[in-house]
Amino acid sequence: MMPPVTDPADHGLLELRGAAVRIGDRTLWSGVDLTVHKGEFVAVLGPNGVGKSTLIKAVLGLLPLAEGTISVMGEPPGSANDQIGYLPQRRSFDAQLRVRGVDVVRLGLDGNRWGVPVPGASRWSARTRADTARVREVIELVDATEYAHRPVGRLSGGEQQRLLIAQALASRPRLLLLDEPLDSLDLPNQSAIAALVSRICREDGVTVVMVAHDVNPILGYLDRVVYIASGGAAAGTPHEVITSETLSRLYATPIEVLSTSDGQLVVVGQPEPPAHHSDRHTH
Amino acid sequence: MTSSGLDPQLTWNLVQDVRQVLEFPFMVNAFRAGTIVAVLSGLVGWFMVLRKQTFAGHALAVVGFPGAAGAVLVGISATYGLFAFAVTAALLIALVPGGRGQGFSEEAAVTGTVQAFALGCGFLFVSLYGGFLSGVNALLFGSFLGITSQQVLVLLLVAVVALAVLTMIGRPLLFASIDPAVAAARGVPVRLLSVTFLVLLGVAAAEVSQITGTLLVFALLVVPAATAQALSASPRVSLVLTVALGLTVTWVALFVAYYSPYPIGFFLTSLAFLTYLLALGWVALARGRA
Repeated sequence: MMPPVTDPADHGLLELRGAAVRIGDRTLWSGVDLTVHKGEFVAVLGPNGVGKSTLIKAVLGLLPLAEGTISVMGEPPGSANDQIGYLPQRRSFDAQLRVRGVDVVRLGLDGNRWGVPVPGASRWSARTRADTARVREVIELVDATEYAHRPVGRLSGGEQQRLLIAQALASRPRLLLLDEPLDSLDLPNQSAIAALVSRICREDGVTVVMVAHDVNPILGYLDRVVYIASGGAAAGTPHEVITSETLSRLYATPIEVLSTSDGQLVVVGQPEPPAHHSDRHTH
Repeated sequence: MTSSGLDPQLTWNLVQDVRQVLEFPFMVNAFRAGTIVAVLSGLVGWFMVLRKQTFAGHALAVVGFPGAAGAVLVGISATYGLFAFAVTAALLIALVPGGRGQGFSEEAAVTGTVQAFALGCGFLFVSLYGGFLSGVNALLFGSFLGITSQQVLVLLLVAVVALAVLTMIGRPLLFASIDPAVAAARGVPVRLLSVTFLVLLGVAAAEVSQITGTLLVFALLVVPAATAQALSASPRVSLVLTVALGLTVTWVALFVAYYSPYPIGFFLTSLAFLTYLLALGWVALARGRA
């Protein structure tokens, strides 16, 4: 008989407790408490320059915490990265880059293995065949089959973003960290990518943490949001956090959250990110 | 000795011409050295073009000039000077704070500084030698004459080691070149790979210099790779194409140079340039038709 085991998912796939990050003597954010459960779609929101990408880097173990703890699948940051799919913030690939989309996706699967692919290995290596099948599968999943064999630099922003999501998914991660994947996309592409990410989250049980500047394209899909502002943070369901009261408290300035007729939220009176130099003078 | 070695005549019978060329040990050595160099420079150059480090490649080649001149000045083989200077310069460029990632412009600045300093030193060494260092032209613009069997052996050993390292790091290096942030998150040692690659680039530049001279290294280091990448976006196809183009250009240039009074550097660069133009024309034509 199997002894009853405590499912690590009960403690959350990703947990931050009192986390703070400092760069130099400047505290980007502090007091972040967040529990992300398996299969949830969570957004990290906040104004530009507040350190949302920094939170992703801290989860990946690329940046140390100044205070508090992070646990990723029950382990310290950085030790479970092979189970994380990561899509960094970027503008796009260089138009001159002469590598196909399918090559970029494949690197997500085997790019960290030493050596070089052996020509004709699919004839005798089951692993190579499985890898090739997996690459085809994730490219189909993101609907990129039609253009996956074109040079990646020549594709549109939306097409590149789909291939990068496929790359992040290739190694069957349990956690997907997406840093502003909707940035610099037009509105139809924003909603298409948001729907795609939500589908991956629901159907394949992949936990998603997405950094976003604008909550509206993903609002309908979210289970939980964490709102970071200079000084503090708040986590909860979207309708708990994105309220006039919570945001006004976070920013220490009056902020109004309006609901449009189609249910979208609009944040009014959101202050600009603090300039670095004025921040230093306070220390 | 017949006149054929000193004043060769092209018979237009290709088999006979090739046989005639290969009758002379110095030509056999030239073909051996050219083949080794074309393979190594093609494969290393392919990554260099992909990583947009052509400027670093150029600097590492130019640094060979003071290396070779200095070696001759102190009375050792130019080969050792080429390798020593190229590898040292590669490490210098690699150790720029910031390095690759955010620091491309910084890398370019340091590269330019190292390159200017190196050329200045080379000029000084030539002056110290007494104003006339025989073979300055060969150091700068290449020569295929007088490559000894021992030099071929050194070229081969170095190339085998360099290619073994490149084979070992090939896939992570591609990952780190295209997508450094994701590669780092997946545990690829991006910084270490970047340093290793610069050293490989220095070694390749030093090898090519011995055929093309330090100033014409790009004929084999850049042009075949750039041509192949223009023709195909598949890494496997363009790597094979790079080596094939490099070998063709080298062999044809050696063959033509043997029958002509003009220097090999000119034939190498013109042939490489011609293939590049043809490839661009072909790509433009194919795109127009599509």
